[in-house]
Amino acid sequence: MAKPRVATASLCGCFGCHMSLLDIDDRILQLVELVDFDRCPIDDIKEITGPVDIGLIEGGCCNEENVKVLQEFRRHCKVLVSVGDCAINGGVPALRNLVPLRECYEEAYLRGPSVDNPSGRIPDDEEIPLLLDRVVPCHEVVRIDHFLPGCPPSADTLWAALTALLAGRAPELPYELVKYD
Amino acid sequence: MTTTAEQAAAAICAEHGDDRTRLLDILLAVQRRHGRLDDGIIDALAARLGIPRVDVAGVVSFYSFLGDEPRGRIVIRLCNDVPDLMVGADKVAEGLEEELGIRFGETTPDGRFTLEWASCIGMSDQAPAALFNDVVVPNLGPGAARRLVRELKLHPEVADLRRLIVREYGDGKNSHDLVRAAVKNNIRRPGEVILADMAHGAGLRKALAMSPAEVIREVKTARLRGRGGAGFPTGMKWEFTRAGDAGQRYLVCNADEGEPGTFKDRVVLTERPDLLFEGMTIAGYAIGASRGLLYLRGEYAYLREYLEHVLSERRGQGLLGEGVCGKAGFDFDIRIQLGAGAYVCGEESALISSCEGLRGDPKNRPPFPAQRGYLGRPTSVNNVETLCCVPRILEMGSGWFASLGSRKSTGTKLLSVSGDCTRRGVYEVPLGTRLRAVLEMCGADEPVAVQVGGPSGQMVGPADFEREICFDDLATGGALVVFGAGRDPLAIASQYLAFFIHESCGYCTPCRVGNVLLKERLDRIRAGRGEAADLDYLQTLGQTVKAASRCGLGQTSPNPVLSTLRSFRSAYEALLVTPAGGAQPGFDLEGRLAEAKALTGRGSVHFGS
Amino acid sequence: MTNATITLTVDGRQIETRPGQTILEATEAAGVYVPRLCWMKGLLPFGSCRVCTVRVNGRPQAACTQPVAPGMVIENDTEELRALRRDLIDMLFVEGNHFCMFCEKSGNCELQALAYRFGIAAPGYPFLFPQRALDASHPGIFLDRNRCVLCARCVRASRELDGKTVFGFAGRGAGRRIAVNGEDLAHTDAEATDRAVAACPTGSLLVKRIGYAVPVGRRRYDQEPIGSDIEPAAAGR
Ligand SMILES: Cc1cc2nc3c(=O)[nH]c(=O)nc-3n(C[C@H](O)[C@H](O)[C@H](O)COP(=O)(O)O)c2cc1C
Ligand code: SF4
Ligand code: SF4
Ligand code: FES
Repeated sequence: MAKPRVATASLCGCFGCHMSLLDIDDRILQLVELVDFDRCPIDDIKEITGPVDIGLIEGGCCNEENVKVLQEFRRHCKVLVSVGDCAINGGVPALRNLVPLRECYEEAYLRGPSVDNPSGRIPDDEEIPLLLDRVVPCHEVVRIDHFLPGCPPSADTLWAALTALLAGRAPELPYELVKYD
Repeated sequence: MTTTAEQAAAAICAEHGDDRTRLLDILLAVQRRHGRLDDGIIDALAARLGIPRVDVAGVVSFYSFLGDEPRGRIVIRLCNDVPDLMVGADKVAEGLEEELGIRFGETTPDGRFTLEWASCIGMSDQAPAALFNDVVVPNLGPGAARRLVRELKLHPEVADLRRLIVREYGDGKNSHDLVRAAVKNNIRRPGEVILADMAHGAGLRKALAMSPAEVIREVKTARLRGRGGAGFPTGMKWEFTRAGDAGQRYLVCNADEGEPGTFKDRVVLTERPDLLFEGMTIAGYAIGASRGLLYLRGEYAYLREYLEHVLSERRGQGLLGEGVCGKAGFDFDIRIQLGAGAYVCGEESALISSCEGLRGDPKNRPPFPAQRGYLGRPTSVNNVETLCCVPRILEMGSGWFASLGSRKSTGTKLLSVSGDCTRRGVYEVPLGTRLRAVLEMCGADEPVAVQVGGPSGQMVGPADFEREICFDDLATGGALVVFGAGRDPLAIASQYLAFFIHESCGYCTPCRVGNVLLKERLDRIRAGRGEAADLDYLQTLGQTVKAASRCGLGQTSPNPVLSTLRSFRSAYEALLVTPAGGAQPGFDLEGRLAEAKALTGRGSVHFGS
Repeated sequence: MTNATITLTVDGRQIETRPGQTILEATEAAGVYVPRLCWMKGLLPFGSCRVCTVRVNGRPQAACTQPVAPGMVIENDTEELRALRRDLIDMLFVEGNHFCMFCEKSGNCELQALAYRFGIAAPGYPFLFPQRALDASHPGIFLDRNRCVLCARCVRASRELDGKTVFGFAGRGAGRRIAVNGEDLAHTDAEATDRAVAACPTGSLLVKRIGYAVPVGRRRYDQEPIGSDIEPAAAGR
């Protein structure tokens, strides 16, 4: 029987949630036994290759590319999980939701202390994804099946959730594992 | 701040006996004189009255008619209620903005004009309507609005705004020397109790010949229930109040009339002030109060002088003051308390807060006003119309009153009818009258919906037109807004939610937050981005807000959504989409990218637009 | 009268109480936890958060302001009321800007603790991301309105316990906000030792320069669910 396939991505996050996944220590060996990884920063596969059983999303959506990736995950993943506070509520990047988008662009490309931009214009380079006018939690963009809060969620949280999901159960976290910090 | 402003503020405090419970009057007076209540003035008032500055600022920031921003010498408040929007208030707004070169919420650089929106100003039968300071301008079309503003611009110093604005007086007492208003009464159907021809004074004389307990018994036998919306038995409320602590008690008449679409109390105040004051006097006698307050909504300030005049006439006739009608031991007088633009202040405990010079936050209950109300004393709060029934009950007998209307809902009801019908105005009908009968009377041509009881009431469709207007079926404080073919019930519901969001005091979580969330989801559905699950979301959220809110505002604010979900469900369903690929239909990608596209000057790479 | 006891029923269990108590006090004395946020021992009840909503003879009432009366039949820990309370907690999260990951109160915050006790992994409402003013003017106190739940605990504690009037309310509706008795906090007689500052259930009022004295993970509600001192928590209560 084929092993369940897992895919992960970091959208507008800091990779902290992925680091936390690595923090499960030697259980990672068990995990590699149990599952096959599709698209994932660990294996550097850049596009989802086929149907996936469990998708883990770190980070919220701050630009069009994030939306694109998230939609791709939703299409391919049977179960999609928002991992970490950024995916769930925008997290630290969502602080910019309190600042008008124009000011964000100007700070980044025109006025910031380390900016050297002789053109004096906000770049229209297609390599730079367009920003959404605010950072949006993943579940406001696509349907999300489960949420694992935390900044990052602890390795134990991730492990508990993953093993439950692999066993076909919804992750029911005990009190100690629901944390927003 | 200049010493002159300080001195002026001090003088105004002195005029009010340096009484901190008169803070609302003081602030209104200072603002009238200085156009604003800035930090300096707030500091001066706080020091003079011996209250924390944060409390003065808290009151200033609560009421729509007060503010620390400088306002123009002429503040134009255009009514944004549904009946006004139905007849083009937005076009009027455009006209005003263009003539004055400012947007709503702004003041002209020369400090002459301020443009603001107002919640319903009680003129729905003559919409669009606006207030120019205290002066009501009904039937204000876009052309007339432009002409009026152009004319006002020619007169830099306006001594008598009323004279300049009002070209033609309305009917009845609207042409009285102390009113001089363009407002029309539009009395379409006088009934037996309030708008009938009557001789004044008989009820009061009869009451004073009885004991207070007998008066209360008579009102109970008549089965009079409150006309302000809640329908509480009036006699029972008086009994509770009378059972409160001995000593000073208060009778407060609720003339806040803030429920959008309601204007019947305005007509009563214009045409039957003696009946009302007589009713207040009898009520005072019944509950053992020597002081009455008339809480007059700020929008009706144009009636104040006239009402003061009627009061002083009554004093002259011995109908108010010491020993009313020569009855030794019964002293009663009435003070008018002006409101300052806050719907929630119609809620009786908020109304009391407001009379005490506080923010208009409702109070926790218990204690109820009957136990501890105004200034901590037993207080009965009654609606204008309720109090007007009282002298008639005394005069004509409780049996007569109870024979009008239906068994559980005795007497008549004043209805304020507006919207898509040919005969807008006030109707006095027996309680128990079918909605359809009223729709026929007012010339409503095949209406698709009727808002019964204002936004806090119900929006009903033709299936409900046979229902009766009474306390146990279609209850209403008096507003009926008729919607004809082509009106969109969901758009109306959204406008009503905007009203509640604007008027919530914000004290409690469900009302402060829940109404914002209800409107977000309703508007999302209206924009074609809702799915079937959103209807359940609205239903559950609406019920949560109703159940958990602290006062009647939040307990009824979801009604526009809940009643349209019931009566116009197919209108919702027609707008729903079925999302594909696990997408959230509520996510508006185009909208969220629009600003970045404008700033970068390019389209989306990923979504090819 | 004061010696008399009143019997009422909470979720089918009879409890004895004294007249003059509120439902919240009476149930607490009987070892029944009614979730609450704006209520604080030693302060007059305020009744703003509505998290303590119970059904009294079928009618919703705030337990913290409603006095007991003989024969009351009270519903507290029911499916319906748990859902309602959860919704209210969700509302408080989405109406503010609660970035717990960098809030010094995290782990000691009563709002967060309620969410933990109710097992909330993500709120059921969209985030509103309001613009709210922060006041760092005072040498010893931060006021970050992004985290304010308008519970008035600071307002009451300042008046009732500190004998001051440092805090009050301004605005109404969604624009309601906490205000201070001066241009800003520095221009008031507030002190970092005020009971008003300690009364804040969230990270809206914080004392400066004592941050993270207890590390995250070892704070009050990291140890045990809020309300456990009254009644241990079952999951999602
Ligand atoms: C938000 C709100 C606004 C209200 N506005 C009014 C009002 O404008 N006039 C009024 O008479 N009652 C109003 N009421 C009802 C009053 O609280 C109170 O029940 C009424 O004044 C009692 O008088 P009655 O018994 O004669 O009806 C309002 C209630 C709420 C909750
Ligand atoms: S329901 Fe609550 S927030 Fe709304 S007006 Fe009443 S007390 Fe204020
Ligand atoms: S600052 Fe804190 S204590 Fe004061 S109202 Fe806000 S949350 Fe409550
Ligand atoms: S604890 Fe009762 S309303 Fe907040």
